[in-house]
Amino acid sequence: MSAETGVRPVEHDPLLAGLRRIAIVPAFNEERNIGRVLDELRAFDAELEVVVVSDGSTDRTGEVAEARGAHVIRLPFNLGIGGAVQTGFRYAYENGYDLVVRVDGDAQHDPAQLDRVLAPVLAGEADIVVGSRFAGGSGYRSSATRRIGIRVLAWVVSAIARQKVTDPTSGFQALNRRAIALFAADYPHDYPEVEGMVMTIKHRLRLREVGVTMRVREHGRSSIGAAASVYYMAKVLLALFVGLFRRRIVPLDEK
Amino acid sequence: MTPWKVSIAATLASLVLVLVVFELIRSRRLRERYALLWLVTGAVLVVLSAWRGGLNTMAGWLGVRGYPPAVLFAVGLLFVILVLLHYSTVISRLTDQNVVLAQRLALLEARLRERE
Repeated sequence: MSAETGVRPVEHDPLLAGLRRIAIVPAFNEERNIGRVLDELRAFDAELEVVVVSDGSTDRTGEVAEARGAHVIRLPFNLGIGGAVQTGFRYAYENGYDLVVRVDGDAQHDPAQLDRVLAPVLAGEADIVVGSRFAGGSGYRSSATRRIGIRVLAWVVSAIARQKVTDPTSGFQALNRRAIALFAADYPHDYPEVEGMVMTIKHRLRLREVGVTMRVREHGRSSIGAAASVYYMAKVLLALFVGLFRRRIVPLDEK
Repeated sequence: MTPWKVSIAATLASLVLVLVVFELIRSRRLRERYALLWLVTGAVLVVLSAWRGGLNTMAGWLGVRGYPPAVLFAVGLLFVILVLLHYSTVISRLTDQNVVLAQRLALLEARLRERE
């Protein structure tokens, strides 16, 4: 399988061995991609557990994942990416995992690059690490409008966070226990990554970006179409703007 | 032309609407998803109330003679209908989801009881 998928087994950071670790894989009708994602995750780290959150899928996503030994959570209906991913964070938090990696179910994120994403968390230098397509990684192809949208959001988030951020929409992430606890308690709705980034910084968690290369999806369509991207931009910008007037984005003290 | 008092009152009222919506989002009692339409409504009403010339021109287009603020009522009503229609679709979705949740929960309970 390694030859087939081009994934080499990785020499692991010795720090990894002592940690209870789990990959959260949100998936909505990804029966054609999910198998590959899980195989590649196993090739990267055979002891990495995986929880697939099937977000109201109507295809065989859940069965394919179960056949490969993943924990599968089937949401009774589609909650959207934010609700699906937070389900994974709650699962990881309640079951005492120390480390989470987030990998999308559409095989865009290449698990072979996880060592790079994990390194700052393992070294204790960051609480959350985001794989960025624009921080030294190469060859990200996408529509011009999407790239412009990401640049606008990156600029806004950088200004709010007072820290340079290049890819605030990336779901390719690694998180330690502190970040897991935060997102288990509170996670943005709909399209969570941008607001999630601002949240982590407002809570004084250390955020780091590392360059990654993402793949173009082979099967199926992206969940974000044209009308949805207008709503997406409006909603995210509104949320960021209103967030400026909150003393703390999340009332975590209450929990 | 619209009477000044009407313009001032309408502008203030629509500004209050925008501020209330903003505060509801800020205090997390209103999700951004459901606030967007309200904010568009508020913004349109603020513009039409404050921009007297614009309202007058629009009244001309629509054949409203004599009392331009009638256009304000019409536009306000149109947006309220849109918001209500939107909420009807939201309630329908919630109803469907609620049914699914109740069924899932009942099935889960039945399975637990059968095991005991």
